[in-house]
Amino acid sequence: MNRTNALDHGVRYVRTSPGATAVVAFSAILLLDLLAKLVGFSLGPLTVAGIDLGPFGGEMPFTRLVSYTWDGLVIGLVIGLASIGLSLTYSILNFANFAHGDYLTAGAFSGWAATYIIAGLGGLLPIVESAVHAVTGVGQRTIRNTDLVSLVLLETPPGTAGANVWLSPIAVVVGLAVAVVLTIAMALVIDRFVYKPIRGADGISLLIASIGVAFGIRYLVALVFGNSRRIVTSTDQLPEVTLIGTRIDAHEVTLVVVAILLMLGMHVLLQRTKLGKAMRAMADNRDLARVTGIPTERVIRTTWMLGAGLTGAAGFLLVLSQAGLGFTTGWRLLLLIFAAVIMGGIGSIYGAIAGGLVIGLASRVSLVWLQGDFSSFTSPAAFALMILILLFRPSGIFGGVSTA
Amino acid sequence: MSAVDDARGVLERVFAPDAVKVFAMFAGIWLLFYWFGNQLGYTDPFILALVRRVTFLSAVYALAVLALNIQWGYAGLFNIGVAGFMAVGAYGTAMLSGSPGGSPPGLGLPLPLGVLGGVLAATVIGLVAALPALRLKADYLAIVTVAISEIIRITFNSPAFANVTGGASGFDNLPTNPVRTLLLTEPGSIISDPTPLGQPIFSLATEYGIQRLTVVNTVYTVGTLVVLLGVYLLLERIGRSPFGRVLKAIREDEVATRSLGKDTQNFKVRAFGLGCGLMGLAGILWYAMGPRASIVPVNFRPELTFYIFIALIIGGSGSNTGSILGGALFASLLFEAPPRIAAIIGDRFDVAADPANLVEALAPVVEGDLMPLAGFLLNNIDTLRFIGMGVLLILLVQRRPEGLLGARKETASAVSLADDTRPGTAPERPTAAADGGGDGDE
Repeated sequence: MNRTNALDHGVRYVRTSPGATAVVAFSAILLLDLLAKLVGFSLGPLTVAGIDLGPFGGEMPFTRLVSYTWDGLVIGLVIGLASIGLSLTYSILNFANFAHGDYLTAGAFSGWAATYIIAGLGGLLPIVESAVHAVTGVGQRTIRNTDLVSLVLLETPPGTAGANVWLSPIAVVVGLAVAVVLTIAMALVIDRFVYKPIRGADGISLLIASIGVAFGIRYLVALVFGNSRRIVTSTDQLPEVTLIGTRIDAHEVTLVVVAILLMLGMHVLLQRTKLGKAMRAMADNRDLARVTGIPTERVIRTTWMLGAGLTGAAGFLLVLSQAGLGFTTGWRLLLLIFAAVIMGGIGSIYGAIAGGLVIGLASRVSLVWLQGDFSSFTSPAAFALMILILLFRPSGIFGGVSTA
Repeated sequence: MSAVDDARGVLERVFAPDAVKVFAMFAGIWLLFYWFGNQLGYTDPFILALVRRVTFLSAVYALAVLALNIQWGYAGLFNIGVAGFMAVGAYGTAMLSGSPGGSPPGLGLPLPLGVLGGVLAATVIGLVAALPALRLKADYLAIVTVAISEIIRITFNSPAFANVTGGASGFDNLPTNPVRTLLLTEPGSIISDPTPLGQPIFSLATEYGIQRLTVVNTVYTVGTLVVLLGVYLLLERIGRSPFGRVLKAIREDEVATRSLGKDTQNFKVRAFGLGCGLMGLAGILWYAMGPRASIVPVNFRPELTFYIFIALIIGGSGSNTGSILGGALFASLLFEAPPRIAAIIGDRFDVAADPANLVEALAPVVEGDLMPLAGFLLNNIDTLRFIGMGVLLILLVQRRPEGLLGARKETASAVSLADDTRPGTAPERPTAAADGGGDGDE
C-alpha cells in the first residue's frame, strides 16, 4: 500500500467513525503520557480552564506500574467472578439484577462469620476434640474460652480472631464453602418467593423487584451485623514476597488461585455438560427452549445456583484480599460488576471474566494518570468506559457471541 | 344492603375529583401526625413543627416524583439517575446565588436567576446524558443513568474541585432563604426586625408561642406546596396537549407511534429534558434552601433515586395525581411515621432494654422475655424501615404493579375510547389500554 492510499484510508476512517477515532486518539495520548512518565520526561504543568491538570509525562517508577497492575488483576478477578453470576442471570432470566452486589455482601458476611468461629475457637481440631470430650469424656477440652457471640457477629478484633490463611487455613476453606452454600440457599429462597411469581414479567418489573430485594438483604445484614465497617482479616505472620517492588501476600495468591480454579470449573461445567447448551438455548428463546423439552425451571434454578455460588465466593475472596467489610461493600461494587458484564457482552461468561479483568485493571492502572486529588475518579473512569461501550458497542467489546 | 351501596356511591362520587383525594390525604396525614405529637406529649408549637416537617418532605417528594413520572410514566424512559440531576440543580443554584465572599465562593446572582440557572443546568446535563443514551434498551438506559448520577456525585465529592464545590464536606455557602428575605430586614439573623410583611405574621405567631424559625419554615413549606401545585397544573396541561398525547403513545407502542409519522426520538429527548429540569427544581427547593438546606454529596446517593421510585410505584406511574399521593404517602407513612410510632410504643410499654446485637436480643425470647427483642427492634427502626421498603416494593411489583390509583394511565386518545360507535354492536365494557402485556404468566 503506498503512502497516499494509507492517508486516504486514514481520512476515511476518521470521517466514518469519529467516535472510534476520538477513543483511539485519547488512548494514544494516554499511552504516550505513560511512556513519558516511565522515562521521566515531563512537559510543564498544564492548566486548562483554571483546573490544574498536572504535567504531561512526569516521573513514575516502573515498579509502581507493576504494583497497580497486580492490584488491578486481583480486584479484576473478584469482579470477573461476580460478573459471571450477573451475566448468567441477566441473559437467562432477562433482567438486570440490582441485588447482585448485596448477594456478594451476604456471601462475605456469612463466610467470614464461619471463618471467625473456627479460627477464633482455635481451629477445627480443638473443636472436634472438645466435641468428642463433651460426648464421650475421652481426651480433654482444648477449646479456647471465647465469646462466641462476638465471633459470629465479626466483632472480635481481627488480631484476636486470627482469621488468616496462614494461621487458620481450614477456617478460610470452610468459610469459603459456607459463603458459597449460604449465598446459593439465599438466592434460591429469594427466587422462589420473589421472582417465581412474576416469572413472565418484563425486564423492568423484575429490575424493580430486584431493587426491593437489594434493600431487603442490605438492611437485614445491617440489622444482624450492625452498620459499621470493620477490618476482618489478620495479617499476623502472613507470608509475603516482594517481586519487582510489588508486595504480594498469601491472601492475594489464594484469591488468584481460587478464582482461576472456579473459573476453570465453570468452563468445564458449561462446555462438557448438556447444561451449558440448555442455558444457551434458554438465553436465546425461552419459549422455544421449553417446547424443545428443556426443563426451563430447573435450568433457572441451576443458573441461580451457579451465579449465586460464584458471587458468594467473590464476596468472601474480596474481603480476603481487601480486609475491609461493611454492609454496603457489595453495593459499592455493583456498578463495576455491571460495567464488566456489559463490556464482555451480556450472557458470555468468558466476556464477563475478561470484562472483569479489564475493569479491575482500568480501575487501578488509571491511577497512573489520575494522581493526587484526582485519584477518586477511578470508578467514574470505569463507569464512563461502560457508558461508551453501551453507546458504541452494546453487544460488548468481544462482539456479542453468547457462549453461555 | 342498598344503604351501604348508596353510601358507597356517595363516597365514590365525593372522592372522584383528584383535588378531593389529595386534600383528604393531606388532611389524614396532618391528623395522624397531630395524634403522634399528642401521644408523645409535644406542646402545640412542637406539633406544628412536626406537621410542617412532614408536609415539607411530602411536597418535595411529590415534586420529584412528578418529574420522574413525566419520564417514566409518560415517555417510558427508565431513569434511575434522579439523585444526580437533583444534585446538579441544587449545586447549580448554590454556586450561582451563594455569596461571593463565602467559602466556597458563589457568584452572588439574585436567587431567581440562580434557581433558573440550576434548573437549566439539570436540563442541559440531562440532555447531554440522554441524547445518545435514549436509543438504548430500557435496562441499559437504567444502568447508564445510575452511572451518570454516580459520576456526578463523585465529581462533587472529589477534592480536585473542592475550591468550587466544597468537596466531601459539601457546599456550605448556601443562598439566603427567600422567606427570610421576605419577612426579615436582616435575612442573616433570625432575631432582626421583621419587615412590614413579616410584622403581622410574627406577632400572630408569638401569641401562640411559636418560634420565629418555625414560622419561617412554615411559610417556606407553604411556598413549596404552591410550587407543587403549579408544576402539577403544568404537567396536567402538558399531558393533555398534543405533546403529552404523543408521549403516552410512545409509552404504549413506540413502533406504532413512529409509523404514524412522529419523530419519537425527538419527543423522548424533550420529555427527558423537561423531567431532568423538574428534578433539578425539586433538588433546589429541597436542599439548596429552606428547612432542610444542606448540600452534601452524601445526600445524593442512588438510595434517594430509589426512594423516589418507590413513591412513584406506590402512587402508580402514569398518573400525576397518583405521583403526588405516592410522594406524600411515602414521605409521611414510610419515612417519617416509623420513628414516631417506635417512640410511642417505647413510651407506652416502657421498653427500656437496649441489647447490643440481635443475638442478645433473641436469646431471652427462649425464656419468654420479649422486652430485649422489642427494645432492639425499636432502636433499629431505621434499618427495619428500609427492609420494609424493600418488601413493599417487591409486593407492589407482584400484587399491584399499577399502583394505588389503579390503571390510571390516561389514554393517548383525545376522544373517549369507551364509546363504541360502530353500528350493530352492543356497547361493551371499555377495555383497558394495552400496557405492554407483561404479566401473562402469573
